[in-house]
Amino acid sequence: MTAVAEGLPGVSKTSAVERRPSVTSRSERFRLFFQPIAVVVIVAAVVIWALTSDLNANERETLNLPTIMGLLGQHVVITIVVSLLVVAIAVPLGVALTRPALKWLAPVFLAIANVGQAAPALGVIVLFFLWSGIEGLWAVAIPLVFYTLLPVLRNTMVGIQQVDRSLIDAGRGIGMSAGGVLMRVELPLAVPLILAGLRTALVLAVGTATLAFFVNGGGLGELIDTGYKLQLNSVMYVGAVLAIGLALLVDWLGGIAERWLAPKGAE
Amino acid sequence: MTTSPTADVTTSDSSGVSGAEIRLDRVTKRYPNTAAPAVEEFTMTIPAGKVVVFVGPSGCGKTTTMRMINRMVEPTSGTITIGGQDALHIDPDQLRRTIGYAIQQAGLFPHYTVAQNIGVVPGLLKWDKRRIAARVEEMMDLVGLDPGTFANRLPRQLSGGQQQRVGVARALAADPPVLLMDEPFGAVDPITRGNLQDELMRLQSELGKTIVFVTHDFDEAVKLGDKIAVLGDRSTIQQYDTPDAILANPANDTVAGFVGAGASLKQLTLMRVRDVQYSTDEVLTVTEDEHPATVADRLTRAGRTYALVVDVRHRPLRWVHVRELAGRSSLQQAGKPVGDSVSTQSTLQDALEAILTEGGRAVVTGTRGEVVGTIDITTVTDVIAGVREEHGVGEAG
Repeated sequence: MTAVAEGLPGVSKTSAVERRPSVTSRSERFRLFFQPIAVVVIVAAVVIWALTSDLNANERETLNLPTIMGLLGQHVVITIVVSLLVVAIAVPLGVALTRPALKWLAPVFLAIANVGQAAPALGVIVLFFLWSGIEGLWAVAIPLVFYTLLPVLRNTMVGIQQVDRSLIDAGRGIGMSAGGVLMRVELPLAVPLILAGLRTALVLAVGTATLAFFVNGGGLGELIDTGYKLQLNSVMYVGAVLAIGLALLVDWLGGIAERWLAPKGAE
Repeated sequence: MTTSPTADVTTSDSSGVSGAEIRLDRVTKRYPNTAAPAVEEFTMTIPAGKVVVFVGPSGCGKTTTMRMINRMVEPTSGTITIGGQDALHIDPDQLRRTIGYAIQQAGLFPHYTVAQNIGVVPGLLKWDKRRIAARVEEMMDLVGLDPGTFANRLPRQLSGGQQQRVGVARALAADPPVLLMDEPFGAVDPITRGNLQDELMRLQSELGKTIVFVTHDFDEAVKLGDKIAVLGDRSTIQQYDTPDAILANPANDTVAGFVGAGASLKQLTLMRVRDVQYSTDEVLTVTEDEHPATVADRLTRAGRTYALVVDVRHRPLRWVHVRELAGRSSLQQAGKPVGDSVSTQSTLQDALEAILTEGGRAVVTGTRGEVVGTIDITTVTDVIAGVREEHGVGEAG
């Protein structure tokens, strides 16, 4: 039978499985491998340098492991809360806006999300604080959700829209319900783009979470602020390097997620 | 099958036909904001277990008509029954699980393996895992894909032809009585396409489904269809008949235009050598161990110039002319080897090809390759004339 002849064992099997356009390039692989190592080495070097150098009393007040870990922890918590909220809001919203009944609303929500991203993060945080009067974690998290919503929302919509119409037709045609096609075909095939959007949103969130100290939200911004106000360069260095390192690490995690969570065969 | 009772349109009997009859009665599809309906008052009965091919130009509504059968397009008015059941009053998702659906470029889910793709509909019908696995394997065997090699591959690791096979396997997985195929072989190369068509014909002879097949390729329609419906604008039926009848006697200019040039040649692809009167006594067969002089003598008495040398199992070897016999002591090596022969299974088109290359007469062989007769050009022309007469073509036709 010709089919057996066509399917010679091993024909481009491995190359096909590995092909994932967003992550194929060698530079991306190289980055995924070396980025975390570089981050850990540089951050560790700076922190060790700061902790072991000759510190004055003011510096010792902030540059000690419990304080640094505490602020880092706050920063991570803000980032996690923001990303969870973004996923919980943007993905269902993006899905809803691609449904025929709600398609007409898509421009409205995209415009809102665009405004959210275009506005300066600090402005959004301060305005929200002035309006709501709350401070701490939620005073940062809620405005940051607004600020970082767009990449995930837009990518969810694009991710679902770019699913080949003939697959949806095939799915419905063989008897899958509209919801079945969404859950089993459209969403899985949109996952790579949704994850790419989430990666962007996460990096944005980590970066802008440094502004949390303005509304008493803690985070690594506090180190930078303290260092600046008291003119303690070592404290500023540690705060800045940790913030950058965390952003790069989050970006790396996003890259790993894109690589491993995307369904095989989806592009 | 454990579908809800309302969706059970499966009808099976012992005659090898597992298909169900489809009736469309004055089915119309009108899209909002368009003056003319896409499909207008379409009435047709598609017999159980037959392949009916819709052909027509792009945009004539043939696909829309087909998609109304599984309600991928909701008819504006009219009735559709499948196996006697009113298809318009069944939940569409339930209905579609009982109707196979194969489309151009297969529409396989790229993130599902071949086995998962084939198992989708049985899964929707809540078959248990073991039954699905067994069915998937059976389906892969049926369409000629080795389960061990292909079950866990992703669609993109398959050739276009293999993808189409998986598409057909998926459509057949839940053993639906009706199969809708929308240009399923439109996107593959001509050779693969021919193979897939042959495969489908083989499958159909085993399964006896009711198949509605949409194509714009008339040759494909002739090859596959038990009946062909040539459709014009708004899906109006120009002619609905057997390929034979349409080729012999197109109902109007639209149909004639679609049939195109070479209707008689296409006609030849529909008939097989076993169906026609080839001659069984026109040729003198001799074995290699006969003496040339005896053969010459027999030829002279029979009033012939050529003899066919056959081997011990009566398979054709060479043509030998009476002049070549003179002075020879043996028939070994004598004469001109038989080039092209046809079997009783061959189409008349193949036979014509052999007749032309063999110079007017081709050897017909039986199932074991033995000589059963010869066929010549007048046999072919007589057949064409007979068909045209049968379908009432006047001298002017």
